Amino acid sequence: MHSTSALSFSQATSLPTTNYAFHSHSAVNLRFCGLRRQAFGFSFSTHSTSTRLRLSTRAHSYKISASDGNNGTPPKSFDYDLIIIGAGVGGHGAALHAVDKGLKTAIIEGDVVGGTCVNRGCVPSKALLAVSGRMRELQSEHHMKALGLQVSAAGYDRQAVADHANNLASKIRNNLTNSMKALGVDILTGFGTIVGPQKVKYGKVGSTDTLVTAKDIIIATGSVPFVPKGIEVDGKTVITSDHALKLEFVPDWVAIVGSGYIGLEFSDVYTALGSEVTFIEALDQLMPGFDPEIGKLAQRVLINPRKIDYHTGVFATKITPARDGKPVIIELTDAKTKEQKDTLEVDAALIATGRAPFTNGLGLENINVLTQRGFVPVDERMRVIDANGNQVPHLYCIGDANGKMMLAHAASAQGISVVEQVTGRDHVLNHLSIPAACFTHPEISMVGLTEPQAREKAEKEGFEVSVAKTSFKANTKALAENEGEGLAKLIYRPDNGEILGVHIFGLHAADLIHEASNAIALGTRIQDIKFAVHAHPTLSEVIDELFKSAKVKAPASTSTSTSTSSPVTEPVSA
Amino acid sequence: MASPFLSNSTISFSSSLKSSTLPRLFPSVSFSSIRFKPTPRRILTVRSKIREIFMPALSSTMTEGKIVSWVKSEGDVLSKGESVVVVESDKADMDVETFYDGILAAIVVGEGETAPVGAAIGILAETEDEIAEAKAKAASNSGASAPSAPPPPPAPAAGSTPAPPNSTPAYAAPIASEGLRKTVATPYAKKLAKQHKVDTESVVGTGPYGRITPEDIEAAAGILPSKTNVGPVVVVEVKPAAPTKATSDSSAPSSIPPPVPGSTVVPFTTMQTAVSKNMVESISVPTFRVGYPVTTDALDALYEKVKPKGVTMTALLAKAAAMALVQHPVVNASCKDGKSFSYNSNINIAIAVAINGGLITPVLQDADKLDLYLLSQKWKELVEKARAKQLQPQEYNSGTFTLSNLGMFGVDKFDAILPPGQGAIMAVGASKPTVVADADGFFSLKNKMLVNVTADHRIIYGADLAAFLQTFSKIVENPGSLTL
Repeated sequence: MHSTSALSFSQATSLPTTNYAFHSHSAVNLRFCGLRRQAFGFSFSTHSTSTRLRLSTRAHSYKISASDGNNGTPPKSFDYDLIIIGAGVGGHGAALHAVDKGLKTAIIEGDVVGGTCVNRGCVPSKALLAVSGRMRELQSEHHMKALGLQVSAAGYDRQAVADHANNLASKIRNNLTNSMKALGVDILTGFGTIVGPQKVKYGKVGSTDTLVTAKDIIIATGSVPFVPKGIEVDGKTVITSDHALKLEFVPDWVAIVGSGYIGLEFSDVYTALGSEVTFIEALDQLMPGFDPEIGKLAQRVLINPRKIDYHTGVFATKITPARDGKPVIIELTDAKTKEQKDTLEVDAALIATGRAPFTNGLGLENINVLTQRGFVPVDERMRVIDANGNQVPHLYCIGDANGKMMLAHAASAQGISVVEQVTGRDHVLNHLSIPAACFTHPEISMVGLTEPQAREKAEKEGFEVSVAKTSFKANTKALAENEGEGLAKLIYRPDNGEILGVHIFGLHAADLIHEASNAIALGTRIQDIKFAVHAHPTLSEVIDELFKSAKVKAPASTSTSTSTSSPVTEPVSA
Repeated sequence: MASPFLSNSTISFSSSLKSSTLPRLFPSVSFSSIRFKPTPRRILTVRSKIREIFMPALSSTMTEGKIVSWVKSEGDVLSKGESVVVVESDKADMDVETFYDGILAAIVVGEGETAPVGAAIGILAETEDEIAEAKAKAASNSGASAPSAPPPPPAPAAGSTPAPPNSTPAYAAPIASEGLRKTVATPYAKKLAKQHKVDTESVVGTGPYGRITPEDIEAAAGILPSKTNVGPVVVVEVKPAAPTKATSDSSAPSSIPPPVPGSTVVPFTTMQTAVSKNMVESISVPTFRVGYPVTTDALDALYEKVKPKGVTMTALLAKAAAMALVQHPVVNASCKDGKSFSYNSNINIAIAVAINGGLITPVLQDADKLDLYLLSQKWKELVEKARAKQLQPQEYNSGTFTLSNLGMFGVDKFDAILPPGQGAIMAVGASKPTVVADADGFFSLKNKMLVNVTADHRIIYGADLAAFLQTFSKIVENPGSLTL
């Protein structure tokens, strides 16, 4: 159950994980669509009006509680049912669900609503990747010709591309803000600090703080790009994803430190825009977080044929920005021997070595909580654990700040889980059912265990593991798109049909993974799901084939939905 | 990639493909000089029972392969058909099996290392006694199998220690440890350098900070800068085709003259690109030509006789050439590294065929062994497949000698360009009635055709070619043996 989180932790130690940033990159769109729909529904309900009414009275209560000042004891009545510190995707998801459950909710944000994902992560990067995908297609003469298309030289306007990314981020940010406002969530501006049990103060730097109380508090402060020491980030030639997303310039040659999701996505963007890329990876192989087979295939498609080379098993121990007529200089040190190995001279360096939790100044010391490398320790229900190993009552931490699974949608799911608990329904989130995706061209997606993880677990617990694979080459829709390159892989238990993991590399893999992640979340077994019908011809048939090719010994359960279906009168075909 | 006038068909390649036509799942490797032994051809017999395991060509575009893992280790006893090594090509990982029984005496290219197609990656000894000898061979090989390395200084190499057996070939990972004053080449420049076998040390970089750019490598390799594929870096507005604008950008290498107004530019097809690449590549080979008039009356008579049985003139000529090659194996050889002869164990006659908008060379494999009727039938199939673009790589890239015939157009003589990877190509003109005077002064009318062979002078010398042509001419003039 926890092996996924274990995985992300171990990566955090080695190179504070490339995973993380990407995690915050994914799934966002999905989330937003959901959120907006909710917001829409609620703005018409009486519920929201009542929450709004309370707004006026609240201003009053601030002053009272602020004058109280006795921080040590929990207050008897609360300003809010729930306060969330941090208005990223995790906090937003929790806030909307809390309102849905009838909680009086406030969210504290010191920066901009939307957090990393919306402003400096998944959202703007998707805009850049949408551009790179098209550029790549237009530049591939072979591909165009195969489709019978003729296109003269494709070009781009850097500023217009950058504007597209920026506009998308502000649009999504407004949607997010409006959805919360419409539902009656109070947005309190300033940095939130926990001053004691069920008490939080917030305020902007230089102004007086306001104290508020809440029955329950959720920490959702997220993360910032991690920059290893020795690397001097100047924001121009040595940059993090924060700067890169602004696309202020397209270097001829960029070194990307870290070959996880962020690095991989940026390599896709940069090479499509004409840059050459050099990867620097501390581990012995590129894309360490992926299922090895998928990683290998991805390397064949995403790295080898492109203008990319790489150095593995080395740390970038010192990076000096370009200045005084010199290029960016990168010193490489062997990861094992610690000897300096090589020096690179490039035009820019992108630091994509993962993300570090943003938990400084949260006031955790006031409630005796010690962070672990910055992460807030939590149990499986996201309840914060103090220095003595005890639960801190009424305090939860979700998202990148707890480091369990640094993905935007994971944070949101954790937030919803917490709200379920504080409203009286016990809930434990199954992290193995949370999908992840990397939006390269083609995309990579996964859910559950990798094959080595599954085999290790099988050995420990004494069950058998089987693997089934299908190729995109056999899929009509993929071939119609002239995008037959791809593989879907299913790792399962042949004895009972349990899905242990699904990994997809291919066209629209990020959208295809949800059939598998939903099956895992709902506990659907292969022998049952294989009877579900897929429209033809669609890419989803890749997954259909995958389930059908699995050899499960257990019989299908008798009460499947097929029994209720009416007889098919007409074959459906497009 | 269709590759007419195929380049990388090396010995191991053609042989491996041939073996893969057997009911065998994977291409087998391990070919060596030994395979010449049973044939009556001129051969080197010294290292009798030691065989090299070559890097196989697993796809038509594969130029080098990476050893994923050795299934067997040094000292293991192998039996024919067993998997020995897993090789990663540009397309996939494949098990490679041995073609012979023996002992894996030495691994020349270790796991994770890369070797070009055709390079020895391991040594197979037949008996334990030969292991030591095989190891010595591995040692000498590991030195030789570094084609891109700069030639070692001759003096110290003579008497000093041989390379240690495990010394890795210079084809290391992308991380090349460079000296103090290092050359800096961009990732794509490095890829191109490897592809075109350009030594980056010898290239002067013209990029920012003196780095070597892809254009520098292309210039060094003698290729026109490829304007396609290179992403237009910062093209803001789409300019209506105004050639004069191009001159404003002085940094762009604009050696191409402005197009004549009204002209159209049609990009190459894949096949045409391959032809172009191979033709340009052929410039690096020192070739020469020898012509020979051949009397064809007897051949024409034979042709009339066998024509109803489906025999074509092409098959007759291919058969004649193959039979002549049996006696002159050097003309069937090729020169791969500029340092040695590579004798081919099979005689595979590639024949140039013009197909709509392209040129391809279907190959009649073992043309010396198959009889005329089988050859004719085979040829018919190949041509049909070529027209349908269904030729398999081994059906167009395994040639060891090429035949090009323009006689049907009335061409009397012409000059062919030597395809890379082969030693010689024969250009056949039309057979024409010619007045000849014999020794006694009697005039007569004979059908004569002019054949003109282009050959690689590094391995084939004038006398070799002349002798070969003489043999060929004798076979054609006394064609009885062709039908045997």
